[in-house]
Amino acid sequence: MEHSEKAIEIIDLRLSYGVKEVIHGLTFDIYRHEIFGIIGPAQSGKTSLLRCLNRTIDFESSATVSGTIRVDGSDIRRTKDIYALRRKIGMVAPLPVGLPLSIYDNVAFAPRSSGLTKKADLDSIVERCLKQAALWEEVKDRLHTLGTALSGGQQQRLTIARALSHQPRILCLDEFSIAIDPVTTMRIEDVLKELRKEITIILVTNLTQQARRLADRTMFLWNGDCVELDSTEIIFSDRPANSKTYEYVNGIFG
Amino acid sequence: MNDMSESDRLPTLPKRSVVSMAGEKLLEFIIRLSGISAIVFVLAIFFFIFREAAPIFFSENFNLVKFLFNAEWYPTSVTNVRYGTLALTVGSISVTLLAMSIAVPFGLGSAVYISEFCSPRLKEALKIIIELLAAIPSVVWGFIGLTVMSRTIISLTGAPVGVNLLNGGLILALMSVPIIVSIAEDALKAVPDSYREAALALGATNWQVVYRVLLPSAKNGLLAAVLLGIGRSVGETMAVLMATGHAVQIPHGLLDSVRTLTANIAAELGEASASSDHYHVLFLTGVLLFILTFAVNLTADFVIRGIRRK
Ligand SMILES: Nc1ncnc2c1ncn2[C@@H]1O[C@H](COP(=O)(O)OP(=O)(O)OP(=O)(O)O)[C@@H](O)[C@H]1O
Ligand SMILES: [Mg+2]
Repeated sequence: MEHSEKAIEIIDLRLSYGVKEVIHGLTFDIYRHEIFGIIGPAQSGKTSLLRCLNRTIDFESSATVSGTIRVDGSDIRRTKDIYALRRKIGMVAPLPVGLPLSIYDNVAFAPRSSGLTKKADLDSIVERCLKQAALWEEVKDRLHTLGTALSGGQQQRLTIARALSHQPRILCLDEFSIAIDPVTTMRIEDVLKELRKEITIILVTNLTQQARRLADRTMFLWNGDCVELDSTEIIFSDRPANSKTYEYVNGIFG
Repeated sequence: MNDMSESDRLPTLPKRSVVSMAGEKLLEFIIRLSGISAIVFVLAIFFFIFREAAPIFFSENFNLVKFLFNAEWYPTSVTNVRYGTLALTVGSISVTLLAMSIAVPFGLGSAVYISEFCSPRLKEALKIIIELLAAIPSVVWGFIGLTVMSRTIISLTGAPVGVNLLNGGLILALMSVPIIVSIAEDALKAVPDSYREAALALGATNWQVVYRVLLPSAKNGLLAAVLLGIGRSVGETMAVLMATGHAVQIPHGLLDSVRTLTANIAAELGEASASSDHYHVLFLTGVLLFILTFAVNLTADFVIRGIRRK
């Protein structure tokens, strides 16, 4: 595939919480229209890395970030409009946080925040995003009930719909399928493959097979270091460049 | 490997003793009792006030309609005693409304500022100052009303007297703001941070987070804050006694003096000889006050439920 344009450039990114450094200098690019998989054991810094991208790491008072992140060529630390940056990046957190609003209002939240008020427009965004998140059929008759009253897996899909609602250029999914059954997961995976034509997707997952199914390239992150980053075929092949990668994806890793 | 050795086995969990189960029952009983006692106390207070009011309430020449809707309060007139409380009720309500129309926006506004926008150090300072404000005794507030506020009102408006509805309303507003702020701030603090983060991650501004997420999810606590403010205003006695001018009349403007139900009871109960009609009527105004606050709380309760159902 052609890797013409860079959606995200990360140069020597370091992150510490207090004095503990958890990301030790990462440098890599993410290309437009690729699904970029990130795998790695617990605590390797996957979630923290995503939080650097949309600068929600700023809410963590103990966190200090150094290095450069460019999204669409512009440095996110210099951005004048942090809200526009956050709308450009859709974020799905591992534990779904339904806002205490109705299902409809949850999905319409971001478009409304950016100033969209026309009901017809909002209606169509809500419907499309809920369909993409494979939730529409289950909730279309109760759009105005509380989003927090949905089941765990439904709430997770609601956060996916919400992350799509502001038409992000980049979609970050952090272990999106932990609460979702396999059949629905497959449906969402199909949507992701479809979405890839329009946007860039970063997929953090503990299910290495999910990365194998979806990702164009995969990065193996371990304790804040990039062990290996290559096309998914190579990462999951019999001989990736680093033997640790082989051990991890084959579950031999101690 | 051989079978699990003795030391590997998990310890067996002990059965719960009879004593601990009985203790739990006892604790449950005590807690239930204290819960119910709240109801008992409220009923008892109502009962004892009403008992003092009963002789006049059930007497032949007492007219409930006149009591409620007549504005003439002449309890000590020699020729024609009249017990109309309308002016007092209107006094209480108008002072409270004025106070709330100032205190609610200021109180909720500063609660939002303190909990969402200001720096941690300023936050600590503001909270301490607001607690100080809450600790000022009401007689001191009354004194401020009588002196500073009164003089200011006279010089700014040219009114003949400075102790009036405006003065009482301002003093009451100042007194209820600290309560509203601290309760409302607690309510906002109770909203999980994950909501804020989720909303901000969607590109909402701080201000959008406040009115789209925080206010709706803290609405019960915020309403409680407003209610406590109203309760404080309706129930306040000393400060309004000193600041409102204590004239029995239905006010036609902010600069008219008024008298409230509470101030009236405080001022007259000492003079009314026990078991006189006047004495019993004052207790009846106490019952009226009780019903008034009860009605406010009940309405608020229905409002909350209405919001919830939506
Ligand atoms: N808010 C925080 N404050 C302090 N340390 C943190 C914070 N969040 C994460 N960490 C630390 O940073 C390291 C990386 O955490 P992170 O959540 O990014 O890992 P992860 O790869 O997402 O793990 P998992 O697969 O379990 O989700 C961990 O050692 C964790 O303890
Ligand atoms: Mg994580």
